[in-house]
Amino acid sequence: MPVKNIRDAINETLKLEMRRDDRVVVIGEDVVGGLGGSSGVEEAAGGTFGITTGLAAEFGRRRVIDTPITESAIIGMAGGAALTGLRPVAELMFIDFIGVCFDQILNQIAKFRYMFGGRADVPVVIRTMIGAGAGTGPQHSQALYNMLMHVPGIKVVLPSNAYDAKGLLATAIRDNDPVVFCEHKCMYLETCEVPEESYTIPFGVAKVTREGTDVTIVALSRMVMLANQVADKLKSEGISVEVIDPRTISPLDTGAILASVRKTGRLVAVDECNPYCSVASEITSLVACEAISSLKSAPVKVTSPHTPVPAAPNLEQLYAPDAAAIEAAVRRVLG
Amino acid sequence: MSYDPIMLLDAYRRMRAIREFEETMRREVQAGTVPGFVHLYCGEEAIAVGACMHLADTDYIGSTHRGHGHCIAKGCDFEGLLLEIYCKQGGLCNGKGGSMHMADLRKGMLGANAIVGGAPPIAIGAALSAQVLGNKGVALAFIGDGASNQGTVFESMNMASCLKLPMIFMYENNGYAEFSGVKWHMGSADITSRAAGFGMSSVKVDGTDFFAVYDAMNDAVTRARNGEGPSSIEAVAMRWYGHFEGDMQKYRKSGEVDELRRTSDPLVKFEARATAEFGIDADELREIDEELREMIEDALAIAKAAPKPTPDALYTDVYASY
Repeated sequence: MPVKNIRDAINETLKLEMRRDDRVVVIGEDVVGGLGGSSGVEEAAGGTFGITTGLAAEFGRRRVIDTPITESAIIGMAGGAALTGLRPVAELMFIDFIGVCFDQILNQIAKFRYMFGGRADVPVVIRTMIGAGAGTGPQHSQALYNMLMHVPGIKVVLPSNAYDAKGLLATAIRDNDPVVFCEHKCMYLETCEVPEESYTIPFGVAKVTREGTDVTIVALSRMVMLANQVADKLKSEGISVEVIDPRTISPLDTGAILASVRKTGRLVAVDECNPYCSVASEITSLVACEAISSLKSAPVKVTSPHTPVPAAPNLEQLYAPDAAAIEAAVRRVLG
Repeated sequence: MSYDPIMLLDAYRRMRAIREFEETMRREVQAGTVPGFVHLYCGEEAIAVGACMHLADTDYIGSTHRGHGHCIAKGCDFEGLLLEIYCKQGGLCNGKGGSMHMADLRKGMLGANAIVGGAPPIAIGAALSAQVLGNKGVALAFIGDGASNQGTVFESMNMASCLKLPMIFMYENNGYAEFSGVKWHMGSADITSRAAGFGMSSVKVDGTDFFAVYDAMNDAVTRARNGEGPSSIEAVAMRWYGHFEGDMQKYRKSGEVDELRRTSDPLVKFEARATAEFGIDADELREIDEELREMIEDALAIAKAAPKPTPDALYTDVYASY
């Protein structure tokens, strides 16, 4: 099976879905690039990280739509287009920019179906970049997906590898609800085996990335990679760690999390969000409410601190959870 | 411009329907039968109808919190509307939207919108669909003078201009943004000059004059359908009633509304010209008046008697699948 990175897996999925369905369009800032420039180059960008490279050449600018820097209009326009016959994939370049378009997500797109009495499908995907670790500072590095988990009407997807990214994005584009698809900016070059053909992965189905019996780690996005590293390391010490990757946080596979904790009796919840009202908090709360009698020790949350993301590289290194913090948490729940 | 008598009778019917509907709502709010807030459209009928006479069900409108008139002008039925305003089963949104969120996608109505400035980004999405699908459709956003100050409106105008979308920005300058006058809340002399700054055709018309709105809209729709991009129309027509029904309107001098009713009632102005210049028979208009009164009262009775949503409806329609 071919090995691909996340960037290429996403690019390939966009192409496959656009070939499959003429109604799929890509909308965003510089998804092609170059309009109005002096060079006349046909594709001056292809997305900030090259994710949308080659789309305009194959599908034309009619379906690969560059916009000005105007996030409320991008997201609202994608929502309106979804109500009226298209299946837009809109790019919100960094999730931090949600601050300038949140009304269109929170009060419009998320609520269309409900406030129209079920008489609207809203097949829109918002692809966005999350995460610290690239030196991009306080306004380009946040996680923030926890805020979207709170909003009824939105689905939230967090792929942790190229295989899942491809299958989950295909599901998102074919889904009739609004989906926010969160790509970690430090993971685009992470590789794994990815089939050539198109496939979907259902939402709300967690993946057990490491099987174990002593401790359950529930981890999201880039944290899954770190949790796997910790599980592999501790195995040599005879500590058996199970790693659960929910893959989507709305819907959340509560059954898989509870089943694992009932087996291991111990929980470490790892999440790059700030601590209060984080996904780690939600998972810990779930286990406390539904499986407390199975617990052999108090659960531990591993999150970023209650601070913005600093620009200074040495401070940023201290910001998001690392493997050492996850390992320490595992040792703590083992007592 | 010449006007087809059948079109004129249809336009009158829609304007009269809005007036009758809103006066009925006013009566019912005062009687305490209506849940929540309603924002009435009296005085502005010629704007919605002058615009929507040019639109088919396959064209889309985005609306505002003051949306009853837009719904009626776009062809939504009285029963569906009243069931929705009364939050009953069978309403346009099964009672989950209410007065400020009524939508009817089958009629190209993208929803009243309780976020001021919320609808224009959505409406340009409908214009984008028409452009990508190549179906010659157009989209229009009704936007109040208050909303004209919102960033979403500026963003939508700029996007529509850059992408040459088949889009019409229909500004309803009704004199007040909630409880503050337009002379204070708008930093520019008018909306028209702002819209022109976004590189689109931009005109100002008397919003109480159906013919003026209809003509301006004719030009705008022609441009949109020909792929010549967006247009802006600022239609000036003071609202007759409060921001919401029940508003004490302390910001208005006494007699202001009486003067409006006497000098610039859109229905009176329409009838005077339609009968004098275009051969419309006043008796026929009175028949329409009577017929509409009966239809609206019948629909109101149905809405009042209809069952409320069942408790399980709280949990449905959040997602298509979850």
